Amino acid sequence: MALDDNKKRYINHHGGKTYFLLGDEACAYGAIYAGCDFFAGYPITPASEVAELIAEELPKAGGICIQMEDELASMAAIVGAAWTGARSMTATSGPGFSLMQENIGYAIMTETPCVIVNVQRSGPSTGQATKPAQGDMLQARWGTHGDHNIIALAPNSAQECFDLMQDCFDLADTYRTPVILLMDGEIGHIRESVVMPELSSVRHTSRKRAERAEEIFGGQELIPGMIHYGEGSNVHVTGSTHLANGMRDVTTPHVHDELIRRIYKKIDSGREDIVRIETDTVANGKSRVGVISYGASARPARGAVKAARAEGKNIDFLRLISIWPFARKQVAEFSRDLDLILVPEMNLGQMSREIERFVDCKVIAVPKIGGVPHTVDEIHQVIMEAVS
Amino acid sequence: MSEPRHRLMDFVREEIMPHRFCSGCGCGTVLNAFTNAVEGLGLDSAEMVCVSGIGCSSWIPSPYFRADTLHTTHGRPIAFATGVKILRPDLTVVVIAGDGDVAGIGGNHLIHAARRNIDLSVFMVNNMIYGMTGGQVAPTTPAGVVTTTTPHSNVEPPFRVADLVVAAGASYVARWTTYHVFPLLESMQNAIKRKGFSFIEIMSQCPENYGRRIGLRTGIDFLKQFKEQALRVEKANGMSEEELKDRIVIGKLCDKERPEYVSELHRITREQVDKLKKEMGGAA
Amino acid sequence: MYTSLLERHRRGRKLIEITENLCKGCEICIEFCPLKVFEKSDKLNRKGYYLPVVTDEDLCVGCRLCELLCPEFAIIITNE
Repeated sequence: MALDDNKKRYINHHGGKTYFLLGDEACAYGAIYAGCDFFAGYPITPASEVAELIAEELPKAGGICIQMEDELASMAAIVGAAWTGARSMTATSGPGFSLMQENIGYAIMTETPCVIVNVQRSGPSTGQATKPAQGDMLQARWGTHGDHNIIALAPNSAQECFDLMQDCFDLADTYRTPVILLMDGEIGHIRESVVMPELSSVRHTSRKRAERAEEIFGGQELIPGMIHYGEGSNVHVTGSTHLANGMRDVTTPHVHDELIRRIYKKIDSGREDIVRIETDTVANGKSRVGVISYGASARPARGAVKAARAEGKNIDFLRLISIWPFARKQVAEFSRDLDLILVPEMNLGQMSREIERFVDCKVIAVPKIGGVPHTVDEIHQVIMEAVS
Repeated sequence: MSEPRHRLMDFVREEIMPHRFCSGCGCGTVLNAFTNAVEGLGLDSAEMVCVSGIGCSSWIPSPYFRADTLHTTHGRPIAFATGVKILRPDLTVVVIAGDGDVAGIGGNHLIHAARRNIDLSVFMVNNMIYGMTGGQVAPTTPAGVVTTTTPHSNVEPPFRVADLVVAAGASYVARWTTYHVFPLLESMQNAIKRKGFSFIEIMSQCPENYGRRIGLRTGIDFLKQFKEQALRVEKANGMSEEELKDRIVIGKLCDKERPEYVSELHRITREQVDKLKKEMGGAA
Repeated sequence: MYTSLLERHRRGRKLIEITENLCKGCEICIEFCPLKVFEKSDKLNRKGYYLPVVTDEDLCVGCRLCELLCPEFAIIITNE
């Protein structure tokens, strides 16, 4: 959908300026730039600053921000809003993300575009409430029950928090699915310079619209268009298994089979469009050791690779910007000439297992938990041990 | 000879009628009253969004009532409806769901929606049981009743949900039964017309999964009992707990004007937009 | 909006129609009609429910209680 005058005015007001922002705050500005109309959330460290800045700024751009009674309600409200045509989002952290899972499943099943920011913190349960972690990588993938697919992106700087919000909203509309911005507490609370783009460089993907209410959940299209509420089409939206016209059919095996496979396939088929990676490799074939990381962990990981290279070691580096769908082809290519891949991550080895599935070389996790990110030295030491 | 066609078929998804409610179930009567109310108000279904949860009574709007429909997760219809109403304040947003949804798993959303005074109409069909799942105890089941999950009798007192919603700050609250169809219909119209949070607790019958456990085997048995138990709120005022035991207080419990949540939110947004406009010298 | 019963009665004949295949035989109409216009018949509909039958249409004052209580939209009262 096109940006309306209120949003354009807001962007004109900020465009071209550079702010010194928390990752959380950058994410909030990014959302407004992306045309977010509605935010519903519930306070939780380390994600509260997203809600606080959005509450301050979104009304200036013509949007509305509310605080709900809990995360279940927040997730519910943004799905309701999305069916009126709004771009809607919420932001939370681990415990709240757990509470949202059922309604994230609802958004998947009803093919509702919306964005969920998860600023990951140490868990399970209350864990180290204020400390960062990357323990929800697989919860983002498989958190809600039943077969499904998901899109998740992981920024590693305040600027990227800003930039990826645009991608999140565009992907949500393109694929008609919830999209997760999988931040971590370290990135959420990092404070860095963020360049606010000019209006002329802000692009917008429009949500695909359907002509007939009979085909908003299937029909001929892999990704059907939407019809919004209030357009006189008597749209029926349900989390139960349904036909292309939205009417429930929970007993016919092939109806469920076809619906779930299509919802699964629409994201799989977009893998190459969705996948975002960044590589930094030494001239072809020279490296035997590679490092793959993402989010906050990718920062010391990259530092350690640099340090090792300074000592004459050939180390390749890949950063996953998209987490789900997994960059299986790109990671397989990256691994082709390697004997070993090291995966620093702030968990006990979640993405390293996924990487292992798609490469022939050895994969070793470099886990760290406890609420403090890896240091460059820690990862450097592991690299040096590996190459020797 | 072709069968006669009810005029209210215009308001339901006729192609899937007859509905699947059991014989004598109150949900059909609530659907009947609701369609009558909508017809009487002259509302166009294109101006309505119906939101429901999980349970038999959630089938009243989803799929039967013909309008934009959001059939949500269990307990959350009011929260989903909040998102719809904020973005489209011009639409009439009605939640129809059961006591399990609205007062059980979703009780928190109910009291907060009432506190905010958001312009929704919530019609809670209270059959005093989890009917769809086979007759388990609900937060509205009277004490002493045997259900599938209280086989040795229920020791919990039930919620008086309408009173709870009055206390939480709703604009309009009423309680009726499926026997009192004419006042129920009128009350539904008043609830929809009232700007702010409106709530009607509709005592309803589930002969299959509740009635047969308490000796009320048919819809008729229930309606007779509702008729006997019903006590006008005007008469009930001042009566003791003991006197009100086993009675259903019917009527309008409150009807007042309070600032409405969505209008207030939009007011703030308008003010903030205008402020930025001014700051930027009226530039677009 | 609801005119008095007497006034309605004065207006003339009432037409009671029963949509047989919507009826689920709950007998609420039979029980609660203030003038006992209906009685149970031995006629079954397609789904095997015993249908109500109108005993004497002239008894009906057109109050529409049955129409509104009916959970099935199976009764139509027309005030002619």
